[in-house]
Amino acid sequence: MAVQFGYSINKSNTIDMDTAPRAMESYLLLHEPSFARCIGCGCCTATCSSGVFTQLNLRQIQLRIRRGETQGLLPEIQKCMLCGKCQMVCPRGVSTRNVVLSIQRALQLLS
Amino acid sequence: MATDGQKKVVVIGGGIAGMEAAAQLARMGYDTTIVEKQARTGGNVANWDHLFPEGRLAGEVVQQLYQKLSPVRIITGSSVKKADMLEGQYILTLADGSVLTTDALVVSTGFRTFDAHRKEEYGYGIYDRVITSADLEGMLNEHQPLFPGRHKGPRRVAFIHCVGSRDEKVGNRYCSKACCAMAVKQASKVKELYPDAEVYCFYMDLRMFDRRYEQMYLDAQAKSGVNFIRGRLSEASEDLQGRLVIKAEDTLMSKPLKMTVDMLVLMVGMEPASGARSVAEMLKIPVGHDGFFNATNELLEANCSGTPGVFLAGTCTGPKTIPETIADARAAATAADAYLRKKS
Repeated sequence: MAVQFGYSINKSNTIDMDTAPRAMESYLLLHEPSFARCIGCGCCTATCSSGVFTQLNLRQIQLRIRRGETQGLLPEIQKCMLCGKCQMVCPRGVSTRNVVLSIQRALQLLS
Repeated sequence: MATDGQKKVVVIGGGIAGMEAAAQLARMGYDTTIVEKQARTGGNVANWDHLFPEGRLAGEVVQQLYQKLSPVRIITGSSVKKADMLEGQYILTLADGSVLTTDALVVSTGFRTFDAHRKEEYGYGIYDRVITSADLEGMLNEHQPLFPGRHKGPRRVAFIHCVGSRDEKVGNRYCSKACCAMAVKQASKVKELYPDAEVYCFYMDLRMFDRRYEQMYLDAQAKSGVNFIRGRLSEASEDLQGRLVIKAEDTLMSKPLKMTVDMLVLMVGMEPASGARSVAEMLKIPVGHDGFFNATNELLEANCSGTPGVFLAGTCTGPKTIPETIADARAAATAADAYLRKKS
């Protein structure tokens, strides 16, 4: 049996844009071009019916997709009830409902 | 040129502010002279390629200003070395020893771009592929290849906002105002030239204050596909292939981020022109800690220096966009006119 010294290597916390998977981002930009218009203001997250009770944060999900940090996205996006309030408040006219639906579709396709 | 009784005005600095102020003063009937230290008028703008928000060609804009200068005497390649006040007139000694007398002065010494060598962690002057926004503008203006010796276009280009602005470390606390819009303009241009490249802007805040700038930002995102990352670059280094590895925090993700780029463009801010301090000392113009000139009342007398007959125009009082500079130059000409009318 190998001797265990109790040392380990931490996984890097850095977003490496050279290796980040961008398939989800490409899919969204293609199927819901208004995705590109987000300015990260957080209105969607502030009004989110689900976000009152869960950690659902559409502003951050948008950014995670842009940076290829898509692991663990499915349980997050499943918290959305598609109530559509985020779309009503978005100052940039992002079709957030179709963003959510497209993320779900992309997760199925890419899984 | 001067007729009897015609009052004289000397404009120090022949950038766009000096050109506009001189044209207006000449139109009002004053015997007007521009003293410009460089060999040509047009200042910094004459080095630019195209101008935000509509992409007008800088050369054409400078030419339009120049066409209004036919009644103006232009002295290039010289500067004012000495100013003496005598019986309400200024006697100016130029670098070549010649003397000009004048009833009023418009000071439009303008700005120089921040020397990016001073942010050495960004590698300007150390790595070949680190350039400034002014360098890029010159390359576009002179139709130089942006990636000489390469068959393929760049994979990735990054623009860094606020280089030499909002930075206590280099002694510049202020925002240079024009660079955000210029970065969006240049990023969109690079994307237009190299549609397959990924283009990133690293910003702290995007200051898109004009009614047209927000549209530029939206078009950059939605039409050009420029990416925006909120975070200030900490450092750049070169990899073995000669590409640049840059690091920042993506502050909206709360995570450090790195990427490799083929070109790094530093959005250099504005600093007072190199000769501004000596002009201020000569004409007793109050200077702020940042080196820009202080008007007697920045709200209501933004063109008055406090020295009788000495008026301020353009970016010598702080960073300005082109339309602001032109409006400021006209205001300075009006202030000089009011002074000269009262003086008679």
